[in-house]
Amino acid sequence: MTNYALPIQDAAPDVRSAPTEKLAVRNLNFHYGKFHALKDINLSIPGNRVTAFIGPSGCGKSTLLRTFNRMYELYPHQKADGEIVLDGENILDARQDLNRLRAKVGMVFQKPTPFPMSIFDNIAFGVRLYERLSTHEMNDRVEWALKKAALWNEVKDKLKQSGNSLSGGQQQRLCIARAIAVKPEVVLLDEPASALDPISTAHIEELIHELKEDYTIVIVTHNMQQAARVSDCTAYMYLGELIEFGNTDTIFTTPKQKATEDYITGKFG
Amino acid sequence: MIDTLVLRGSFPVAELAKQTPRQNMSKTISDATLKRQHLSDRLFRGTTRMFAFIVFALLVGIIISLLLGAWPALKAFGIKFFFAAEWNPVTDEFGALVPIFGTLATSAIALLIGVPVSFGIALFLTELSPKWLRRPLGIAVELLAGIPSIIYGMWGLFVFAPAFQEHIQPWLIDHLSEVPMLGFLFEGAPMGIGILTAGIILAIMVIPFIASVMRDVFEIVPPLLKESAYGLGATTWEVVRHVVLPYTKIGVVGGIMLGLGRALGETMAITFVIGNAHQFSTSLMMPGNSIASALANEFNEATSDLHVASLIELGLILFIITFIVLALSKLLLLQLAKREGKQT
Repeated sequence: MTNYALPIQDAAPDVRSAPTEKLAVRNLNFHYGKFHALKDINLSIPGNRVTAFIGPSGCGKSTLLRTFNRMYELYPHQKADGEIVLDGENILDARQDLNRLRAKVGMVFQKPTPFPMSIFDNIAFGVRLYERLSTHEMNDRVEWALKKAALWNEVKDKLKQSGNSLSGGQQQRLCIARAIAVKPEVVLLDEPASALDPISTAHIEELIHELKEDYTIVIVTHNMQQAARVSDCTAYMYLGELIEFGNTDTIFTTPKQKATEDYITGKFG
Repeated sequence: MIDTLVLRGSFPVAELAKQTPRQNMSKTISDATLKRQHLSDRLFRGTTRMFAFIVFALLVGIIISLLLGAWPALKAFGIKFFFAAEWNPVTDEFGALVPIFGTLATSAIALLIGVPVSFGIALFLTELSPKWLRRPLGIAVELLAGIPSIIYGMWGLFVFAPAFQEHIQPWLIDHLSEVPMLGFLFEGAPMGIGILTAGIILAIMVIPFIASVMRDVFEIVPPLLKESAYGLGATTWEVVRHVVLPYTKIGVVGGIMLGLGRALGETMAITFVIGNAHQFSTSLMMPGNSIASALANEFNEATSDLHVASLIELGLILFIITFIVLALSKLLLLQLAKREGKQT
């Protein structure tokens, strides 16, 4: 733990000077049946940065995350209105191809979800959906993804074993490797460390810090220290509304809103 | 006394019993209480073990009585019994080829039709169907499972077989009897009843079983696991093929085995539509016989000892077939497990 580098202390980027805007959310409203879960969300998520969504349970942060790859479409009576622009394209457009969108926007969930297949196949699964690779290329890709997820050294001798045979932390890194193996542009992390022990959590956080070089990362977390440690920008949400969004340093030291301050200092939530 | 209660509430009794001497708690729980608890625990274990062993004893008992009953036939015909098509009570010549073939063929047809259809039903019910349609459809499938087999038999004989004879069989014979390799299965005259008809009726009977088991196991797949696959951009089919099916393989194979068990042992419905003819023909259009159907039809009329013994041997063979099928399904699961990687 001691040599664990805090990502944002040295180079905290200003949101406005961020090189590119990767995802722009405009007037987003979300309904679960009659329940109005997200209210007029406007948000600009910078590229190659880590953006964290924090807020108490039920505030809509996971819901917001799940609009970015339209995961909600699996379920009836869930509906999003407004615009989410990714690289100039509105992904909420009905004509948007969902499989292509999800290849571009990867996701990792609260709990590790290795597929019931070998470690190698877990990584190769997503790649095979889009690319015809030779055996050699596929081996390289799997190795690359596992190295990116800092898992290669632990599993390189047992790629044929079941993904379920790994420990919880390893499984979660396997899921991250699986998500980046298809070379997405955005990686969504939905409380990726909530089921893990502190050491595995530290691994994941370190990994997030390294991944932002290549990817735009959006993370939902219950853990405010985690948000402070890993993110460059933070959005505080409450009851379906975006209360405050800005540079993580600013949010955690001098929040503009009283509500944000109360939540962060632990008076509430 | 309060201490006792608290302790008994928070520790397993056995654990406590072990600690008793060291921690000097013999005062708080009397030896008599401990002894009584030990006794009741042992009694409970003994009772459940007895129930489990009754199953075993029954199995052995049935095998022995089948062997004893079939002994005259075993002695008279030996291994030839399996390959002889002759079944003649007048001359006391018996061979099991026709009923064995009938049982295997009808069950194979039933699974060939039933498994894909059931898979489709289960898939639709769990992944694709709008919510309001799920319950009515699910209940309909379960009701189908509850219809007594004699009803299927009567429906098969009076409604399905004539329609099949008039509309479908002629087409099958015209178009498929010339096909190389498969043609021999469709030769002959359209008679309505026969192996194929019996197989189709069986398929209808096993579909609700297989479909409801498959639906139940598909439903236990964790939503997160499916979402992870969808999240990579997989289509519904890819998710089902690569995630849902491997995850539920034990349940799916179990459901198919349940259906196969019913198909192998089904008696009443088959008797109505299979034709009950002891004539060997490779054509599925021709009447045949199945083991269960032969047993049901002939026990009453079996007068000679050898006839009765032959029928019992048929029963023994059915038993063995079921056993082999179960063993094969276990092997299949082992093979599948090996393919997806070792667990440790």
